[in-house]
Amino acid sequence: MKQESTQVLYGLYNDEEILLHAVKKAKEDHLEIMDVYSPFPVHGLDNILGLTESRIHIAGFIYGLIGCLSAFLFMTWVFTRDWPIIFGGKPYFSALAFIPITFEVTVLFASVGMVVTFYTICGMGPGVDNPTLDDRITDDKFCIAFDVDNADESKQAALRQFLTDTGAEEVNVKSI
Amino acid sequence: MSAPISAIREPLITGSKTYHTITEDICGPTERTPTTAWVIAFIVAVTGLALYVFSVTWTIWVGIGSWNLNRTINWGWDITNFVWWVGIGHAGTLISAILLLFRQKWRTGVNRAAEAMTIFAVMCAGQFPLIHMGRLWLGFFIFPYPNTRGPLWVNFNSPLLWDVFAISTYFTVSLLFWYTGLVPDFATVRDRAKGLRRKIYSFVSFGWTGSAKHWQRWEALSLVLAGLATPLVLSVHTIVSFDFATSVIPGWHTTIFPPYFVAGAIFSGFAMVQTLMIMTRKVLKLEDYITLEHIDSMNKVILATGSIVGVAYLTELFIAWYSGYIYEQFAFYNRVMGPYFWSYIGMMGCNVISPQIFWSKKMRRSILVTFFMSIFINIGMWFERFVIIASTLARDYLPSSWSYYSPSWVEVCLFIGTLGLFSTLYLVFMRVAPVVAVAEIKGILKTGGDQYVGPNIKHDNAHKESTHH
Repeated sequence: MKQESTQVLYGLYNDEEILLHAVKKAKEDHLEIMDVYSPFPVHGLDNILGLTESRIHIAGFIYGLIGCLSAFLFMTWVFTRDWPIIFGGKPYFSALAFIPITFEVTVLFASVGMVVTFYTICGMGPGVDNPTLDDRITDDKFCIAFDVDNADESKQAALRQFLTDTGAEEVNVKSI
Repeated sequence: MSAPISAIREPLITGSKTYHTITEDICGPTERTPTTAWVIAFIVAVTGLALYVFSVTWTIWVGIGSWNLNRTINWGWDITNFVWWVGIGHAGTLISAILLLFRQKWRTGVNRAAEAMTIFAVMCAGQFPLIHMGRLWLGFFIFPYPNTRGPLWVNFNSPLLWDVFAISTYFTVSLLFWYTGLVPDFATVRDRAKGLRRKIYSFVSFGWTGSAKHWQRWEALSLVLAGLATPLVLSVHTIVSFDFATSVIPGWHTTIFPPYFVAGAIFSGFAMVQTLMIMTRKVLKLEDYITLEHIDSMNKVILATGSIVGVAYLTELFIAWYSGYIYEQFAFYNRVMGPYFWSYIGMMGCNVISPQIFWSKKMRRSILVTFFMSIFINIGMWFERFVIIASTLARDYLPSSWSYYSPSWVEVCLFIGTLGLFSTLYLVFMRVAPVVAVAEIKGILKTGGDQYVGPNIKHDNAHKESTHH
């Protein structure tokens, strides 16, 4: 999904504590934050930003359930319907012996499914080149970004003022 | 940041690092030209790899007859090596998954390299059953796919097939877990690079931006993957032990095998992590991230699992005697006193007796002692597998087929070759990827950095922390 480029006003902070205070302040001031970027997961940030809890584990459960059922039912079908063979005089439907493979396939489906889901919903993948605001965001800078596409001069100035007031080291505009 | 900060707890990162110096220290080695030590190691490793290619080619060209296996001793060095490598491949996921669930922060310094080691070890392990098939090009027969022979399916009741599923699932999940952790760090390397290098790292970093929502999902994903990998890692060696335990061969047919194999796997895996970490921290100058505290913690795990393994050895002997079953009794008498007594001594000495040195804190924190111990343990664990396989098969039910197995040169070269394959992969990994999880280390800096915790705490930092609470 290649979108039209947007004008982004962003401020770079030096520490996650300062960033958290700034985000809190922005929420109090009812400023609409486009996104917050950080070099590592900042704890408590998702609560302050009001992000809903990730539902990726629910997806994982569903994938796991699919894996579990398909493995178990497939083995049952093979050994009771498609080609029943007697192994060591044991019953065709020897459910206990199916447990190891059922477990492995469950884990496989859940893991692969979740990882694929993760990259898909994040818009990431091999060779994908998402625009970034600043190279130092993956190093030691914490960034609050505002979408200023439709903002007039005075609104932009207010946002700039907010960023400098809350302790941003640098404030820049970039279109991504 | 309301994480409990203790002035008593040892710091996990020394040298008063900032976020930027962490990036510099860990990404730096991938950007500089390789050191002489690395080049020499790489030449040795690639020589080993060449030996591997040669002996695999020889085995396939000449056939399995080039190995010294026979009618009764149908598993030898190959399966010994397989079990040994799989065992080594357990520490990485244990460190990254189980210790994540237990909230052990020290895992952060070593998890990346340990996971890489896991993946490479499992790759080495997988070689042996495949080559042992003889007709390698028919290897895909082990998977249940619709075929023109009926379709004739594989035997889902066979532990050997369970192994196929266990090892391939374990490899896949470990790889995904490891790579997902690497993506943000590849992005860090990308953002420092220029030109072609930037293009390459841009490709492998999947377009990572560091957005808050992505981090949130990333953490949720890591936690669930850890939750899945924890039973998985325990299941893998359990299933490997089923290869033996579900047979009707005295000495193999024991219910103690699953826990005993898992403990042994963790034991040997941590030993291999120690071997690699001690070299890596020295060569890449990462002593501030992989500290004596880390080495100490891992030595404690080694001591605990080594003692569990020791208890298992003694339990086996006791149960063999107590069972009153003469075949079982003979199997164990033969292990200790039979033609392979030397490997039993090697196993007991290296695995049970020598790790007891780690009761002493001084020894646990000695680099030299740890390094030699880690080598001893890996030798001991190799002997353990050899004892189980060779000594049992060489003395089966029929005394007329008793014989003595020693490997042919091809089998020896194949083993040395996989060491070459493993080292080559690890050395390449050291060059191209951050060997310590950069983002995760930054995440624990404020609770593990020596300017924030421990005896060298700086007062201005202490003050800053307290005002923010």
